[in-house]
Amino acid sequence: MYNGGKIITGLIIFALIITAPFWLNIGQADEPPEISLDTPVINQLSEKECIESAEFMRSQHPQLLNDWRDQVVREGKTVYTSSSGKEYQISLDNTCLQCHSNRSEFCDACHAYTSVDPYCWDCHGGGIAK
Amino acid sequence: MMNRRDFLKIMASLGIGSALVLEGIDRIGTAADTIPGSKNLQAGHWGMVIDVSKFKTPEDIQRVAAACHKYHNVPEINDPQHEIKWIWQEDFEHTFAELESEYLSEKVKQMQFPVLCNHCENPACVRVCPTQATFKRPDGIVAMDYHRCIGCRYCMAACPYGARSFNFFDPRPYIEEINSAVPTRTKGVVEKCTFCMERLDKGQQPVCAEASGGAIIFGDLSDPDSPVRKVLRDNFFLRRKVELGTGPSVYYIIGGGGSNA
Repeated sequence: MYNGGKIITGLIIFALIITAPFWLNIGQADEPPEISLDTPVINQLSEKECIESAEFMRSQHPQLLNDWRDQVVREGKTVYTSSSGKEYQISLDNTCLQCHSNRSEFCDACHAYTSVDPYCWDCHGGGIAK
Repeated sequence: MMNRRDFLKIMASLGIGSALVLEGIDRIGTAADTIPGSKNLQAGHWGMVIDVSKFKTPEDIQRVAAACHKYHNVPEINDPQHEIKWIWQEDFEHTFAELESEYLSEKVKQMQFPVLCNHCENPACVRVCPTQATFKRPDGIVAMDYHRCIGCRYCMAACPYGARSFNFFDPRPYIEEINSAVPTRTKGVVEKCTFCMERLDKGQQPVCAEASGGAIIFGDLSDPDSPVRKVLRDNFFLRRKVELGTGPSVYYIIGGGGSNA
């Protein structure tokens, strides 16, 4: 190999620069977001449960809202039957945001942490404080 | 060995059989669907009759329009190029342009009409929409899916009634008080009257019908015993621009009916 030393040194420097963000941020993880369930409606509930389990809602709520949107707008389906058999109106404004009326402490807390910017808010949730 | 004739027979019966099964599955999926704690309204074809004689003054129309716009978070933008309207007021010439005549009585010329989306049987807006953001529901309502609207405004060009408005900018600053029960719209989408489909799902009449004090009658055009059909049987009515073949679902009674000779 011609100029082997230079090439290998160059490659090592290149790999270090490319992976620099990882080295520089080792051990500096951001605080995980704190999600607040402290809203007037939730505090009134005798049994504090969402329409599905917290684990399901945490991982699947984008998919659920996507399905709801098509069901209620395009298929005229207005009722969601949860896995426990309870019925809920399919509505972001009238079901989800009735309880979760604290957008910045609940929704935005995670969305900001994971750097996602859903456009739900352009139309929905106009009546609740930001 | 099966001959060609038998093969075709078997395939045809299989096809018909599976179509029936699929149809059945489809029905199971759409069975009883009622929001907890309410009773939804259903119809074969929603329609509206507007008794213009009961709108005594232009203020009556404005009151009804204001009630609709307040409920649906329609922004109040006082610039005719950018304004958003779901239901508004027009004079005779602009409501029934094809009936305009120089000999028209002064009384008719001065009449004011509430106008809105006609929820056509054959809607031009639906045909031109490239994303199917606007579509016709089985119950006759021409609905909007704002999530899909890309703001191309073909529907506005196609609608012969000017019933659609475009959001050139974020409408929220122009809404006095946001009704949190319904979403607002966003910059870049077209909007229009929805025949209050989310209220029908909850068993409520449209806002305009409720606010009009009986001047606007709403009901099922496919049901011969419905209030709308009864009014249409007893009165002469007009629809806007029927000659275009759009089949409007909004009917206008001019005279107010009764027992005039």
